[in-house]
Amino acid sequence: MSKTQSPRGLTRRELLSQTTALGASFVVGAGFIASGDAAWAMETTSLKPETFATLVQLARDIYPHDKVGDEYYVVAVKGYDTADAAPGIEAGIAALNAAAQGMGNASYLDTAWERDRVDILRGMENSAFFQQIRGGLVTGLYNQKAVWPIFGYEGSSFEFGGYIDRGFNDINWL
Amino acid sequence: MTAPFDLSDDSVVVVIGTGAGGGVLSNELAQKGVKVVALEAGGRHLPQDFINDEWDSFGQLAWLDPRTTSGDWRVSKDFSGLPAWIVKSVGGTTQHWAGASLRFQEHEWKAASSYGNVQGASLLDWPIDAAEMDPWYSKAEDKLHVTRTGGRPGLPGNNNFKVFEAGAKALGYKDVHTGRMAISSSDDTDRTMCQQTGFCFQGCKWGAKWSAGYHDIEQGEATGNLEVRPQSHVARILHNDEGKVTGVEYFDADGNLQMQKARVVCVAGNSFESPRLLLNSASSMFPDGLANSSGQVGRNYMRHMTGSVYAVFDKPVRFWRGTTMAGIITDEARHDPSRGFVGGYELETLALGLPFMAAFLDPGAWGREFTSALDEYENMAGMWIVGEDMPQETNRVTLNHEVKDQYGLPVVNVHFDDHPNDIAMRNHAYKQGAAVYDAVGATRTFPTPPYPSTHNLGTNRMSENARDGVVNKWGRTHDIPNLYISDGSVFTTGAAENPTLTIVALAIRQADHLASELSAGNL
Repeated sequence: MSKTQSPRGLTRRELLSQTTALGASFVVGAGFIASGDAAWAMETTSLKPETFATLVQLARDIYPHDKVGDEYYVVAVKGYDTADAAPGIEAGIAALNAAAQGMGNASYLDTAWERDRVDILRGMENSAFFQQIRGGLVTGLYNQKAVWPIFGYEGSSFEFGGYIDRGFNDINWL
Repeated sequence: MTAPFDLSDDSVVVVIGTGAGGGVLSNELAQKGVKVVALEAGGRHLPQDFINDEWDSFGQLAWLDPRTTSGDWRVSKDFSGLPAWIVKSVGGTTQHWAGASLRFQEHEWKAASSYGNVQGASLLDWPIDAAEMDPWYSKAEDKLHVTRTGGRPGLPGNNNFKVFEAGAKALGYKDVHTGRMAISSSDDTDRTMCQQTGFCFQGCKWGAKWSAGYHDIEQGEATGNLEVRPQSHVARILHNDEGKVTGVEYFDADGNLQMQKARVVCVAGNSFESPRLLLNSASSMFPDGLANSSGQVGRNYMRHMTGSVYAVFDKPVRFWRGTTMAGIITDEARHDPSRGFVGGYELETLALGLPFMAAFLDPGAWGREFTSALDEYENMAGMWIVGEDMPQETNRVTLNHEVKDQYGLPVVNVHFDDHPNDIAMRNHAYKQGAAVYDAVGATRTFPTPPYPSTHNLGTNRMSENARDGVVNKWGRTHDIPNLYISDGSVFTTGAAENPTLTIVALAIRQADHLASELSAGNL
């Protein structure tokens, strides 16, 4: 997770002192976003930190895995933090916030219950923006080798001699 | 030992494509002393090059040139630019295939006679039958080292098979075993025994699975009679004023257009590229494309009735470990119209890695219904359904002149609508597949929709009568005596079985025919 370590060598205390809370899970500072417990942080270069925080929450709401930490969702969407991609993402997140406001919430991130955020997403699931984010996550999230062990998937096996001596038929509960 | 042949050498047989059809045909002809130039659009990938990683391997091997789709099949919605998961490589899709090697059942060679009139289906009997194919199947099984044939032992069952077998037996199915697989099951041969690595679809790094790419092609080259030209994309087949083919134009690895003369041309580019090439070769003499006087080129595209059933249990299975498809239930493969459909289907074990499971379990789905399934990935078992689909004239490969490939050639559009018989069979199979897993305590099952097609059949179908199809019983086009088709596109009907063994058997048989015709001076 070297790319999502605390920026500029901030200590956890310093980092938290420079941020404001955003929604339930994130804090943002000038040009960076961090988890609420400061376990990870990332600088943004093209996206507003608030936009990136919303994007991470959106990613989790599309493919929610309670056992997968935010840092993996951050990796899955950080490719959108580029000059080329940013305008489309800012517009998409603005539309998402507008939809949240239309349902009486201050913003998407301030919509506290997942079921309410999912209602917002159901209303826009056919949009190009939603499909862009969802489609990108299929590989962006699930093709991260660091994620695989969380699901028990073992990945490449040839270099270990396959499973012929490593449990290809070890099921014991049938 | 690779034989170099001159572009102007008009004594060679040109084979287009090096997969189960073209790769085998090239080797078999070379073994008989026939000079062959094999033109392959893809590059060479050997076992040491293969990658135990689903997406990286997909990028390495899959045919990703543009194609378009239409019709009511869900693939057209979920994967609109990727109608098929097939391979662009020396060896073609035999690099990727799972190895399931089944003979057609006797009645399946005569589908029209066996099933009677099925509304909307263009069923036809093959001009060959089980008795005629028997010796060619035996040769194919020996070539591929198919388990449970020729005295070869079966593969051991992996975790996914054990769940599948226990469920099948609990449900009362009788015929369940680890399959007839073109994967070496003993150390008694020159091929490495299966090491239960998984990743059969990504190319076997042990070479334990048969592939034309590193078995037949290498054997053919060793004779000195076969030259394989990788990264050579054939654009057009040429003909003379007598209506005989004289050679082919192709783009070489550097993108330069070359012309190779030929005595005979054999097309084996699969059920999309073969009809595409015939249609793209239209001329003033053949304005509708080569070998198309019947109007049948591109029609009757079949992809098998497919689907998958995955199940979650309350304990680990780890189904990705071991041979991907070594498990089969054949009880439902019979023709028994009392089930509400004609023809039958096989159930075969299948596992996907986490990345492909995310992409294929329920394409487009999101939210907790979907992710709670993936959360149980370690506790999943899975099977694939493969059954006979009905040929329909309107299921069709056509040229899409709006979309061009990197050479400026029109790409194919693949149109497919499910036939009511396909839908009835799929629903039956979903129910039976779920019952197999429920019988051993599944907590949840998933009737998973078809993936991009791996079994692509028809589109140049074989027929007794020239008005009904494109090729005769030898794969020779009805219209042009020195133009042959040598791949799964010649299938008259699809049968319930994975098609590779039949494609290989037909290619061995065609090589025998071609060598005879050549030595008799008929070509």
